[in-house]
Amino acid sequence: MSAAATAVAVAHRREWAFVLAATVRVTRDLDLAEECVQDAYAQALTAWAANGVPAKPGAWLTTVARRRALDLVRREATLRRALPLLVEDEAAPPSAEHDRFPDDRLRLICTCCHPALAAEAQVALTLRLVCGLTTAEVARAFLVSEPTMAARITRAKKKIAAARIPYRVPHPDELPARIEGVLAVVHLLFTTGHTAPVGADLVRRDLVERALDLARMVRTLLPDDADVGALLALILLTDARRATRVGADGRLLLLSEQDRARWDRAAIEEGLALVRQALTRRPPGRYVLEAAIAAVHAEAPAWAATDWEEVVGLYDLLVQVWPSPVVALNRAVAVGLAHGPAAGLSALDALAAEPQLAGYAYLPAARADFLRRLGRADEARTAYEEAVLLTENDVERAFLADRLARLGG
Amino acid sequence: MSQYLVLIYEDESGWANADEAAINQAMQEHGAFAAGAGAALKGGEALKPTSTATTIRKDGVGGFTVTDGPFVETKEALGGFYIVEAADLDEAIALAKTVPAPFGGVEVRPVQVYG
Repeated sequence: MSAAATAVAVAHRREWAFVLAATVRVTRDLDLAEECVQDAYAQALTAWAANGVPAKPGAWLTTVARRRALDLVRREATLRRALPLLVEDEAAPPSAEHDRFPDDRLRLICTCCHPALAAEAQVALTLRLVCGLTTAEVARAFLVSEPTMAARITRAKKKIAAARIPYRVPHPDELPARIEGVLAVVHLLFTTGHTAPVGADLVRRDLVERALDLARMVRTLLPDDADVGALLALILLTDARRATRVGADGRLLLLSEQDRARWDRAAIEEGLALVRQALTRRPPGRYVLEAAIAAVHAEAPAWAATDWEEVVGLYDLLVQVWPSPVVALNRAVAVGLAHGPAAGLSALDALAAEPQLAGYAYLPAARADFLRRLGRADEARTAYEEAVLLTENDVERAFLADRLARLGG
Repeated sequence: MSQYLVLIYEDESGWANADEAAINQAMQEHGAFAAGAGAALKGGEALKPTSTATTIRKDGVGGFTVTDGPFVETKEALGGFYIVEAADLDEAIALAKTVPAPFGGVEVRPVQVYG
């Protein structure tokens, strides 16, 4: 790739949201703004090859995209009178990094993650508009066909215009709830990438990287928000184990089997600092506690040295702020590791009637593990068989089948 | 400014079983909503229960079929509506949150503008 092409690719990754957010202010129309921004990136390829890469690529792209937008808006003024345009208010203060342009990324991301849009549409719009993915790439990320994804994105954009979802940073009293929605989108993107729900690969690198980019972006925009810092920490600490989660033979490696020397220390240090900072806020929220649990693992030099009492204590708090059956399941597993397999099994069996866990492979898989440790091989076998039937990830299925084979039959 | 229709969907049995005190309280809450919304409130009505509804559909051969009951049978049925004026959806949602609906919830729909 030429130097100019590389610079354009880097600017696409780093600046897309800024350029688009600033251009929407001119067009007040998402589609038109996207066209102008794509156009600016196309122009950059030739201009930067001919004249060199500008000192501030984001400012260059924003200038070109907004100029094009102004031209089109003037030309189409009559036509546009009939269009439903985005609602906005006063301008954000100009940012130094991008010359005089206001940083409107928070506006863009709050519009994409508006609670009046369906959750799947929020994620799709965020990938398309904030991360700059093509519709085909977004479709691939969610394993749906391109026409299906195109229809989903179009429907969401139409609702934004027709129902007048504002292009605005929410009022201070609404902001915490709206930021929670933004974080839910980033978290969903991360968890989908971290353990792909279906398919041959355990991890979807593309999705994890995008989630990390987004978490960093939101952190830049809201540096004082404890939950934002905590989500970034959670992603860093969990993803630090990436290189060690699958063995050379493609086999799933548990936390207990991973080579901790190969965990990403830089990511862990960054994550730990963020967790410490987030924990100073009371009361700790969901992501703070999840990140703190990940931090306990990151700090343990070996599996055997894990402070399970601390993990159980954090899960006890987490169940209170985030009473999800999956959290209760993880808590039960931690109880088993802190107090022995019998205690863990009885904590798991207390969740047997939970309707949300019916069909969830991790419940029988965790039961199977405790039963195996208790020497109850027949029951363990039945539980592994159940888990094998329920998982749709190939790497996880192979792991469970291996455990089952080792029990003999 | 745009107009939004706020549709109030509630479990009718809630109202059927409500005593006088509960009904009076709901009346007061609707009065308080109207006072709070002020000039943003453009209209609204309460509807009689779905047991009084009649549905009319084309029969496909040039006539109509007229049947007893609401268009769609649901546990929570349309029981009333308001029309409000708001700058955007966030403002409309904020208004809708103040609409009393003790036995259900509300839906907000932008009103189509032609021309």
